[in-house]
Amino acid sequence: MDLSNINPILLVASIMISATPILLAAIGEMVVEKSGVLNLGVEGMMITGAVIGFIIAINTGSPLLGFATAAIAGAVLSLAFGVLTQIFLSNQVATGLGLTLVGLGLSSLLGKPYEGQKTVTLPKLDIPILSDLPVVGRMLFSHDIMVYVSLGIVVAVWAFLKHTRAGLILRAVGESHESAHALGYKVIRVRMLAIMFGGACAGLGGAYLSLVRVPQWTEGMTAGAGWIALAIVVFASWRAGRVLVGAYLFGGITVLQLNLQAAGMTWGVQYLSMSPYLITILVLVLISSNRSRGSHNAPANLGQTFHATR
Amino acid sequence: MIRLEKRPQPSKAWTVLTPILAVILTMIFGGIMFGLIGTSPVEAIRTIFWDPLFHPQFANFSRPQLLVKAGPLILIAIGLSIGFRAGIWNIGAEGQYIIGAICGAGAGLALYPMESALILPLMVVAGALGGWAWAMIPALLKVKFGTNEILVSLMLVYVAENLLASVSSGLLRNPEGMGFPGSRNLSQWSSSQNLELIPNTGMHLGVLTAFIAVILAYVLLTRHIQGYNIRLTGEAPRAAKFSGVSPARTILFCLGLAGALAGMAGLFEVTGPAGQISIDFGSGYGFTAIIVAFLGRLHPVGILLAGLLMALTYIGGELAQLMLGVPGASIQLFQGMLLFFLLGVDVLTNYRVRFGAAEVA
Repeated sequence: MDLSNINPILLVASIMISATPILLAAIGEMVVEKSGVLNLGVEGMMITGAVIGFIIAINTGSPLLGFATAAIAGAVLSLAFGVLTQIFLSNQVATGLGLTLVGLGLSSLLGKPYEGQKTVTLPKLDIPILSDLPVVGRMLFSHDIMVYVSLGIVVAVWAFLKHTRAGLILRAVGESHESAHALGYKVIRVRMLAIMFGGACAGLGGAYLSLVRVPQWTEGMTAGAGWIALAIVVFASWRAGRVLVGAYLFGGITVLQLNLQAAGMTWGVQYLSMSPYLITILVLVLISSNRSRGSHNAPANLGQTFHATR
Repeated sequence: MIRLEKRPQPSKAWTVLTPILAVILTMIFGGIMFGLIGTSPVEAIRTIFWDPLFHPQFANFSRPQLLVKAGPLILIAIGLSIGFRAGIWNIGAEGQYIIGAICGAGAGLALYPMESALILPLMVVAGALGGWAWAMIPALLKVKFGTNEILVSLMLVYVAENLLASVSSGLLRNPEGMGFPGSRNLSQWSSSQNLELIPNTGMHLGVLTAFIAVILAYVLLTRHIQGYNIRLTGEAPRAAKFSGVSPARTILFCLGLAGALAGMAGLFEVTGPAGQISIDFGSGYGFTAIIVAFLGRLHPVGILLAGLLMALTYIGGELAQLMLGVPGASIQLFQGMLLFFLLGVDVLTNYRVRFGAAEVA
């Protein structure tokens, strides 16, 4: 094994690339959960975004159009979840699982003709001055636009939840839908919008996988990224800043694992590949065992069905 | 104006009718989907639901497959449903199924080429223990640290898949397999083979076990105090706590049972229809069983019927792939749609639809 082949500059750069899909999906899911809805269909929405984004990009030659359509596709799919859980009052856990199964089926159906094809990916931005900085320029300032968009979304979500009235309403709905309803807020409408935002973010995250990170379409290519995004929301104890930390941490583990494989670590490739999942479990245990800040922070009405009786 | 009014009790009639309604809706929308991808809807639906049982040419081959596919689905779904009843969401049955197969096959292969009638029973026990142990991880973490069992059990599926890849090209690889990944063929070793009990029916030991599990689960849920406690925990967790039901014990019992049944299903599969441990052994039964559990209304008899129906869509799907060139993934989508429609129409079980404006109380 030759560790000197691992270039630290490229390592940081690739951590940012590999963290972006889970960051996008996780920040979207955090907003959904803040509104009191638990959508376990992140994986399904991500993979649908991945396939739709890929198909559109390949047919139009525009990756940006691919991202936009992927976001719409994710939102439309999440709307199905929203209608079932909010209007038909179905169980959120079961419906979320169903959404994942539907998404996996739909994506492999749509993606079959596109397997193995290549697409144009997003160009790396060349930011004047910043990109030319030594070391830091290569590390942080020569990525494609979606990396910065994802960071922008995190800041926007933080500001929205913390400093706007609409954000306050959304949090109120998540903490106590009965009280929010009594105050005259439209609980179902707020939740629907949050669900669609989460869907759009998951769609973007999926498209980032198929258009930038890999960039190719293979069946089941999200390989649990959506579930890791869900775990990151718990890890982050529902705070935007910690979602960012969590996503980059997990991105780091994935990249490090791939780098070790590439550096010629011959024994147990499978053991390295399972490490992100094992570490997810470990982190979940650490977070939930620390009662002072872990599950304590969860929105009080998370996962509960709201039915206005009055 | 349409509004929903909560029923004091779930409607008995709708509990039975909603799955049928969901199947009909899935046939309609599935038909539209097949129409969109350029297959005749009527022909596709007939190929999936009718031909596997009654086609003059294929039915002789496909009819036994019905039980072969339904067996593991029912066995896993029974275990899952008991947990779901208590509000314990084990969605990692696929991992428990894989680990059960690995442990069972490993226990058997350690004794190869000895011949004994005790080897298969030993393998069944090892398989059940393997699945049980794998399910105990999320169970113990939940009991000790309050970790979310949904995420942990699911993460362990990916870990199990990697373990499977590792053992099939390493520890359990067939030494006479010319270096190809995959274990010895267990269905060809007379001590471990799990053959059809009645020729041409597909009825093997695993299917028999599944039927026994249906009966035992029915007895457990309707006649046994543990079953009552489980239902109580699911429907009124606080009341259950006050009446002295230990949440920790319920979690350990439900997850352990589901894991053991899934592990056994994996073992029966690897000694029978699959034949060997190989990289593609995981077939998604663990996930489809979630649909089966819900379609069967978390009721043992319902699960039996739902398992058979879901097996039918599997076989019919393969037939449609063969005869109509329908992509395999469309069947997966079809099954997902079924779950979606079921959850959607389920509102009729718990709520009454009222027309007209709400009265002022």
